[in-house]
Amino acid sequence: MVAQLTRAERQFALLTLGLLALCGLLMAAGANDDLFALHGGLILAFAVGLGFLVISGLDAPEPADGRLAEYYDDPSRVAIVLTMGWALFGLAVGDWVAWMLAYPQLTFDAAWASFGRIRPIHTTGVIFGFGGNALIATSFHVVQRTCRTRLAGQFSPWFVLLGYNLFCLLAVSGYPLGITQSKEYAEPEWYVDLWLCIVWVTYLVLYIRTLARRREPHIYVANWYYLAFIIVVAMLHIVNNIAVPVAWNHARAYSAFGGVQDAMTQWWYGHNAVAFFLTAGFLGMMYYYLPVRAQRPIFSYRMSIISFWGITFMYMWAGSHHLHYTALPHWVQTLGMTFSLILLVPSWGSAANALLTLNGAWHRVRDDATLRFMMVAAIFYGLTTFEGSFMAIRAVNSLSHYTDWTVGHVHAGALGWVALISFGALYSLTPALWGRARMHSAWAVEAHFWLALAGTLIYVFSMWNSGVIQGLMWRTYDAGGTLAYPFIDTVVAMHPYYIARAVGGALFLSGAAIGAWNVWMTIRGPAAASQPAVDDRPLTVLAGE
Amino acid sequence: MFGLHYRLEKHGMALVLGIIFVASIGGLVEIAPLFTIDETVEDAPDMRLYTPLEVAGRNIYIREGCYACHSQMIRTLRDEVERYGPYSLAVESKYDHPMQWGSKRTGPDLARIGGKYSDEWQVTHLIDPRAVVPQSIMPSYRFLATTALRTDDLGLHLKALSRVGVPYTDDMIANATKDAIAQAGADGSEGLSSRYGDATQARVFDGNPGRVTEMDALVAYLQILGRLTDAAHANSQPAEE
Repeated sequence: MVAQLTRAERQFALLTLGLLALCGLLMAAGANDDLFALHGGLILAFAVGLGFLVISGLDAPEPADGRLAEYYDDPSRVAIVLTMGWALFGLAVGDWVAWMLAYPQLTFDAAWASFGRIRPIHTTGVIFGFGGNALIATSFHVVQRTCRTRLAGQFSPWFVLLGYNLFCLLAVSGYPLGITQSKEYAEPEWYVDLWLCIVWVTYLVLYIRTLARRREPHIYVANWYYLAFIIVVAMLHIVNNIAVPVAWNHARAYSAFGGVQDAMTQWWYGHNAVAFFLTAGFLGMMYYYLPVRAQRPIFSYRMSIISFWGITFMYMWAGSHHLHYTALPHWVQTLGMTFSLILLVPSWGSAANALLTLNGAWHRVRDDATLRFMMVAAIFYGLTTFEGSFMAIRAVNSLSHYTDWTVGHVHAGALGWVALISFGALYSLTPALWGRARMHSAWAVEAHFWLALAGTLIYVFSMWNSGVIQGLMWRTYDAGGTLAYPFIDTVVAMHPYYIARAVGGALFLSGAAIGAWNVWMTIRGPAAASQPAVDDRPLTVLAGE
Repeated sequence: MFGLHYRLEKHGMALVLGIIFVASIGGLVEIAPLFTIDETVEDAPDMRLYTPLEVAGRNIYIREGCYACHSQMIRTLRDEVERYGPYSLAVESKYDHPMQWGSKRTGPDLARIGGKYSDEWQVTHLIDPRAVVPQSIMPSYRFLATTALRTDDLGLHLKALSRVGVPYTDDMIANATKDAIAQAGADGSEGLSSRYGDATQARVFDGNPGRVTEMDALVAYLQILGRLTDAAHANSQPAEE
């Protein structure tokens, strides 16, 4: 890692870490709040730990100039390892909270282990830890290959990757301690948000500068999606997290928005975090790895254009469908529902474009579990976006809202689409980046595929059942015209489905554990004697043009 | 159109600006008007503020992630109104920074829980939910009863809230710590009701007069939910079938 940096870059890295350590020290020493001090200590330890790593390599010889004529893949390699680590962590915590709903004693009476504190660890761990690292790993790889250029910078990719992981670490360590602003999928407090802001702007600048260095006249469609992901997430993150801290040395802050305006802002953020983090970013992934793996060109260029701008424009209107029948003005609810329905067109455009790309390669889908991961992901993408539009209809939402149906819907997307496309991409990327012929064990990829698929289906079906049953029980009247079920009866009715859901989650987790083992064995395994299965586009030869 | 795009995708910055422009429209049309259209939030002249103790309790509610399982938003549907009470109005959460409307009901809605159960029931339930509701799957929060409430920084909290638009006066900010201790019954309550209104509930919420605990604060908050204003009860618009 450090040996690839020039001496000046190493010194700059050390300076940055020194500043970060100073911030941590100031936070720890000047805190008006114990939790703030703890986080200061964590930042200090993170900076000092990385500082030792840089110092140990400070006197290594300067890297050869030849490196600038090659792709810069070290950050992607580290990001892959981090991705698998976060996947195991986030999924394991998720399965724990799933069991907790069936057996509430699993909090062990500890303050830090109650459902309300653990659940955001799961959501942040899988969305930002697993998903975010997978997006960073693949975006760095894809932008270089499709632009035929090296990343624009050697220090900034590391700043983005490690800075982002510091953000994830601060977030998940804060929740069990009790640091949260309670905004769903944006729980971290103001100082963690500020840090992510710096990291994210660096990511955007790095990405734009790399695009500007491209040797291809056109920017490939995968990059449109990665670009939209980076830009819009920045917009969403900044607006949703505007807050006034209690003091500079206090962890707590109060949101600038209150009541109905805050509700709309939060779901504008929340729904578009789904749209641009969990959809646009992973569509970028799909538009590169699926055609490469299938060895087929994208089915339709025009469909890509329509889908891309459709998604970018229309998703931003759809957030208010989370607030049907609430105190949000009716006209906003109606707008949200309308755009959610139209949104099905570009969503299915993307899903169809992916599946039609596979025409002529279906024998590969049958034989190659990696490609099958991506094919099934595209199907789940299509199913989930259909379900999403359906649930955005007011009458349907009156039944589904507040129930497990929503949870099932989210996991159809998160497990079936986001996780499966990521695993497919990682199984393509890992052998390529480490110069291996293929993954260590094809059998393990196959086993992972079936465990993941079975786990997802069990999860989604049990949540559909529990959601619909609970929604119906809440609104059932007896012959006398009064509500038939007290609330607690509906909780009791959920029990079998909560067990089934946790079993599904356990299957998905065990698949991911096999995947992590397989990735690790591939990294440790021997280099390929021949060329890898999928040729990497050489930069060196073309650089001389 | 596709020819135009063929040229657009050759220019990185044009693509960046295009994305920013296209993605901004929806939010601007839906969110910006909510701050300017008067009908968004109803008038409620009787609306009162959260006391410092209730603010502290609300922060515990947020810290524990109660919103992950409990909503505070009764929808305009007949069965919800019959189960929980009059449907929620925007004005009722106008001082909620951030709002706690929630998105999932693993447990029941809490928008009108205030006054529905006694303090004793709330404390027993929080210490061991299954002692009062045998089939409950809620975690136990027994540590709240033994954890002292931090009150010395409540003035800073009220000040930050006033910066985001909650009308706390300098008098309220200056007396925040004192008012919190007074409301929990550990001290006399003079000044508290003149600042926050005669309806302010001041008593030992956790059954333990010796000290002000986090349990005091959380129960004080739960007991005020839905009772900041009577606007929802006075509202005559019927719910939907």
